[in-house]
Amino acid sequence: MNRPTRSVDRPVIEVEELRMRYGAVDVLKGVSFEVRRGEVVALLGPNGAGKSTTIEILEGLRARSAGRVEVLGVDPAHGGEDWRARSGIVLQSWRDHAKWRVRELLAYQGSLYARYTTERMPRPWDVDELLGAVGLSDHAGRRLSALSGGQRRRLDVAVGLVGRPELVYFDEPTAGLDPQARRDFHDLVRRVSRELDTTALITTHDLAEAEQLADRIIILTQGRIIADGTAEELARQIVGADEVRWVQGGDRRTRLVADSTAFARELLLEHGTAVSALEIRRASLEDTYLTLVREAETAAMVADEQELQGAAR
Amino acid sequence: MSNGIPGVRAGFARGMIELRLAFSGAELVGQLLWPVATLVAVFLLRDVPIGPDYTLDTFILPGALGMFVALGMLLVVQQLAADREDGSLLRAKVTPNGIRAYLIGKLVQISATILAYLAILLLPGLVFVDGLDTGRPGSWLTFAWVLGLGLVATQAIGVFVGSFVSTSRGAGYVSLPVLGLIAISGIFAPITALPEWLQWVAQAFPVYWLGLGMRSALLPDAPAAIELHGSWRPVETAVVLGAWSLVGLVLAPIVLRRMTRRESGSRVAARRERALQRLG
Repeated sequence: MNRPTRSVDRPVIEVEELRMRYGAVDVLKGVSFEVRRGEVVALLGPNGAGKSTTIEILEGLRARSAGRVEVLGVDPAHGGEDWRARSGIVLQSWRDHAKWRVRELLAYQGSLYARYTTERMPRPWDVDELLGAVGLSDHAGRRLSALSGGQRRRLDVAVGLVGRPELVYFDEPTAGLDPQARRDFHDLVRRVSRELDTTALITTHDLAEAEQLADRIIILTQGRIIADGTAEELARQIVGADEVRWVQGGDRRTRLVADSTAFARELLLEHGTAVSALEIRRASLEDTYLTLVREAETAAMVADEQELQGAAR
Repeated sequence: MSNGIPGVRAGFARGMIELRLAFSGAELVGQLLWPVATLVAVFLLRDVPIGPDYTLDTFILPGALGMFVALGMLLVVQQLAADREDGSLLRAKVTPNGIRAYLIGKLVQISATILAYLAILLLPGLVFVDGLDTGRPGSWLTFAWVLGLGLVATQAIGVFVGSFVSTSRGAGYVSLPVLGLIAISGIFAPITALPEWLQWVAQAFPVYWLGLGMRSALLPDAPAAIELHGSWRPVETAVVLGAWSLVGLVLAPIVLRRMTRRESGSRVAARRERALQRLG
């Protein structure tokens, strides 16, 4: 049932028209995307956009309402233990096994992957090597509860990788980390995903993080994908316009245009010296993303109010 | 490494780690408190006569052994709830064969913990409690099968019940009816003194039979006269404990699968959120 699909052309993740409904609420309204082998993809969106639901369906932790999903060639709803052995999960909120020692947990988790070793993929990862890779060699004997937030997160990455997964999920990996720990974490993820040649799917609500880590960004809001591409592609795709400002006859004027260079040329040809203080602003992905988030939050607030009114009635 | 049932070896390794953690540092005090307190109570009852030939401690010691075996059920429920709250169970679920290894580890650790409780009670008890009859080989044979069936039955029920309890607070509520059952199960007072309907309730659950089985193992034949039906009823003991074991072993994996199917990161996060709200 869970024969591994080894074809190189086949995407690691295929999602088609994925829908999820809780009661009367549609959380995912027909989501489609693919992740190819070796890609690092960020699923970006505000809180409540449906990112966690999507990733939990892919991980096989949640049953979907409708749509087609294949992860490593298998429908996650029917993924067996051998399928599970091929992916790793790094959650934002792991705080399990607080009394265990770092090395102990890593060795235990690793031992469960040993039977899934193949010639191409010896499993698990050597514990000491992995501890070195995530910078925890000096803390191998410590209790998990004695680790700092950043150290704990690095251990979570190690546990997610110990089975040498072909695919790793990072669910909001830096939520609650201080800026330095965040930057260290980003370095770590970039390094291991390159070194291990692992496919990775990262959920985040932080655009800067998505730009830092991912080859490709998928923006999810209100249960729909509104953009999918590299950071530059997204800037063109969803912004599509530059902002041109100038002063003409004492008036400040602003215009959003697709081709700002051509616009400026025509403007100057037509009005010549009447135009001053010409200014062209590059389309900013961040501005657009923040606008999207604001829209989503407003919509959510409206929905909440309606719900409250409904409850009051 | 790749032979055998997947997860079994890791499960035993896990059980040993959990066992070490359960008996180290601050945990040790909590672990020793109840068996030691019970031992003191048994010691103090040495002077309370029951009939012309016996003192109360002779009856309470075996009954207390049965009670501590039955407490394995509560330990399973409490630990399952705690492991659901902190995400340990989710970690097991997203690891290949992790749930099997988790369960084996849990049963190994809790069985060993209970054996430690029994040793704390029994080793000093054998020295100062008069009237026990442990010279026969039959007494230790009976002790062994009652203990074995009891561990399986109570922990399987614990997994079953624990699957319906998602928080530590819920696990606390479960302990109330169990303590009630212990109260009516003839461990601290003869069951024959209870109204008949309560006797039937007690006999439906393993606690009573664990106490009875332990008394039949460690006491001479004569005191059986004051039990229900004037007998140790070994066949009935084996049937009831065996039936509970069977039911538990069949049902526990089914409900556990149902419960773990619903575990996910967001559920763990939501439960923690609620727990924090209660604290704050």
